[in-house]
Amino acid sequence: MDQFLHQVLSGLATGGIYASVALALVMIYQATHLVNFAQGEMAMFATYLAWALLQAGVPYWGAFAITVAGAFVLGVAIERIIIRPVENAPILAVVIVFIALLVIFNSIAGWIFSYTIKPFPSPFPKEPLFGNSYVSSHELGSMSITLVVLLLLFVFFRFTPLGLAMRAAAQNPVSSRLVGIRVGWMLALGWGLAAAIGAIAGMMVAPTVFLEPNMMGGILLYAFAGALLGGIDSPGGAVLGGFLVGVLENVVGAYIGTELKLTLALVVIVGVLVVRPSGMFGKVHVVRV
Amino acid sequence: MSELLRNRKLLGVVLLLALACALPFVIGSNYRVFQMTLVLAYAIALLGLNMLTGYNGQISLGHGAFYAIGAYTAAILMDKAGVPYWATIPVAGAVCFVAGFLFGLPALRLEGLYLALATFALGVAMPQILKHEALAHWTGGSQGVVIVKPDAPAWSGLSQDQWLYFFTLAWVVVFFVVGWNLLRGRIGRAMVAIRDQPIAAQAMGVNTALVKSLTFGVSALYTGVAGALGAIAVQFVAPDSFTIFLSITLLVGVVIGGLASISGAFFGAVFIQFIPNIADQISKAAPWALYGVVLIAFMYAMPSGVAGMLRVARARWARRQRAPGRIDPIPPVTQRSET
Repeated sequence: MDQFLHQVLSGLATGGIYASVALALVMIYQATHLVNFAQGEMAMFATYLAWALLQAGVPYWGAFAITVAGAFVLGVAIERIIIRPVENAPILAVVIVFIALLVIFNSIAGWIFSYTIKPFPSPFPKEPLFGNSYVSSHELGSMSITLVVLLLLFVFFRFTPLGLAMRAAAQNPVSSRLVGIRVGWMLALGWGLAAAIGAIAGMMVAPTVFLEPNMMGGILLYAFAGALLGGIDSPGGAVLGGFLVGVLENVVGAYIGTELKLTLALVVIVGVLVVRPSGMFGKVHVVRV
Repeated sequence: MSELLRNRKLLGVVLLLALACALPFVIGSNYRVFQMTLVLAYAIALLGLNMLTGYNGQISLGHGAFYAIGAYTAAILMDKAGVPYWATIPVAGAVCFVAGFLFGLPALRLEGLYLALATFALGVAMPQILKHEALAHWTGGSQGVVIVKPDAPAWSGLSQDQWLYFFTLAWVVVFFVVGWNLLRGRIGRAMVAIRDQPIAAQAMGVNTALVKSLTFGVSALYTGVAGALGAIAVQFVAPDSFTIFLSITLLVGVVIGGLASISGAFFGAVFIQFIPNIADQISKAAPWALYGVVLIAFMYAMPSGVAGMLRVARARWARRQRAPGRIDPIPPVTQRSET
C-alpha cells in the first residue's frame, strides 16, 4: 500500500508537468483549433535558455523570470511571423509548419548547446519536506508551481478585461472584431502564454529527466494524451487529464514495466479518440453539412 | 494531341528507365550505387505516404512505424527463418497491409488533426515497442538484427550492390506502374474526392470508410516494402533507426517532391538521401535545421513541391512555344479571405 501511495504521489508530480504542457496545448487549440506539435520543443528550447543564464551566473529565480518572459516574447513572435501566413491554409499545411518548427528548435538546441546530457538544478531543497518519505521536495515544489500557474491563469481569464477579450476572440472572432478586439493580437498573446507555460513546465521537468534536445518528446506525447482525455477544448479537463495520465503512467510503470510507457500514451490517445473523441469534459463537435 | 502527349510521356519514362539502368555502371563506386538503391527504396515509401496524405488527405506523422515493420519482417524472415531475400518483400508488404488496414480502422473516425496526433503517437512509440523484451527473441532488442548481404547470381556478373540496385529498381517499376494505374483510375478519383469533399463523395456513392481504410493499408504496404528493401540494402535493422524523425523525414520527402504527384516521389527521395549528407558536413544538427527551413519555405512558396513547379514551368514553356511574342493574360486574382 505504501508503495502504491508513493507511486500515486510521484505520478501526481509528473502529472503536474503533463498538465502544464496539456494546458499550453489547450490554450492554442482553443484560439485556433490547432494542436501545436512544436510545444514540447519550444519548452525544451526555453529550458536551455534558462540553463545558459544559470551558467552565466544569474541566480535561479532571476533566470526563471527572464526565461518565462523570453519564452512569452518568442511565442508571440512565432505566431506573428511564422503561423500567421498559414492561418487559413489547409490543416495539412499547418501541421507541416508545426513539424518544421519542432525540427528547427530541436536542431538549433543541439547545434548551440550540443547533444550531451546536462544536469539542471532544482530550486527546491534536496531533503524531503516535513520528513515524509513519500514525495521529494522537488516533486512537491513543481506540483505547487503547476497549481499556482493554473490559479493565475484562471484569475487572468476570469477576472481581467484582457482575459475576457482573449476568450471572446477565441469563441467568436467576427463579433469580437466588431466590438473592437484585435483578434490577431489575441491569438499571438495566446501563443505567448502557451510558450511561457511550456517554459515553466520545461524548467520543472528538467531536473528529473535531465536537459537534452529530445527531453520533451515523451512528455509532449503524455500531454497530448492528457489533453485528449480531459477534452482538448477544456482547460480544466486538460489539467485533470494531465494529472490522471501522470498517475496512470507511474502506476503502470511500477506494476507492469517501464518499457511500454510510451505505448501506454499511444493506447490512451487512440482509445480516447475512438471511444469518446471529445474527452471527458470537451464539447461534442458537430459538423454542419 | 493527347495521343501525342501520351506517346511523349511514355517515351520519357522509357528514357528515364534506360538512364536508371545505365546509372550503376556510370557512377562506379559501390557506395554510390548503394545510395541510389536507398533512393529507390525511399521513392516507394514516399509514393505510399503520398497516396495517403497527398491524395487521400489523411495526415500521417507515423509512417516510419510501417517502414520499421517492413524492415523487421524482412530481417527476421532472413535471419531466423532463412527465407531468401527476394521472398521477404511480398511478405513484408502483406504484413504491413494488414497492420495499416487495422490502424486505419480506428483512424476512420479521426480527421485531420486527430489522425495526425494518433499517428504521431505511433511514430514516437514504435522504437519502444521494438525494444520490448517480449519481442526481443525476434527483434534482438536494442541490438537489432544483422542480415547477410545477398550475392548476385553468377550469370549476371554484377557486384552485390549493383545487383541489389537492379532488384530494387524492378520493384520500383512494379509499384509505380500499379500506383499509376490505381491513382489515375476510379479508386484514385474516389480518394481525391474524399480528400476534397467527403460528404459529396459519400453522396455520390463512394464507400468512404472502405476507400479510406484500404488507402491506409495500401499506403502502409508501399512503405513496408520500401522498409524491407532498405533493410536488405543496409544489412541491419535496429529500433533507433526508426524513430519519429524517420517519419518526419518521409513527410519532408513528400512535401518537397510534391503532394499528390507520382513523379514527386523521386525528387523527394533524392532530396532526403543526399541533402542530409551534404549538410552534415556543416554540423550534426544542420540537416534537420535545413529540413525545417525547407519545409516552411515550401509550404509558403511552393505548396505543390518540385513536381508542381516543373508542371508549371512546362505549361508556361508550351504556351510560349504556341504563341511567340504573345503576352500572357494576367491570371485572375484569387479571393483571399480577410482575417
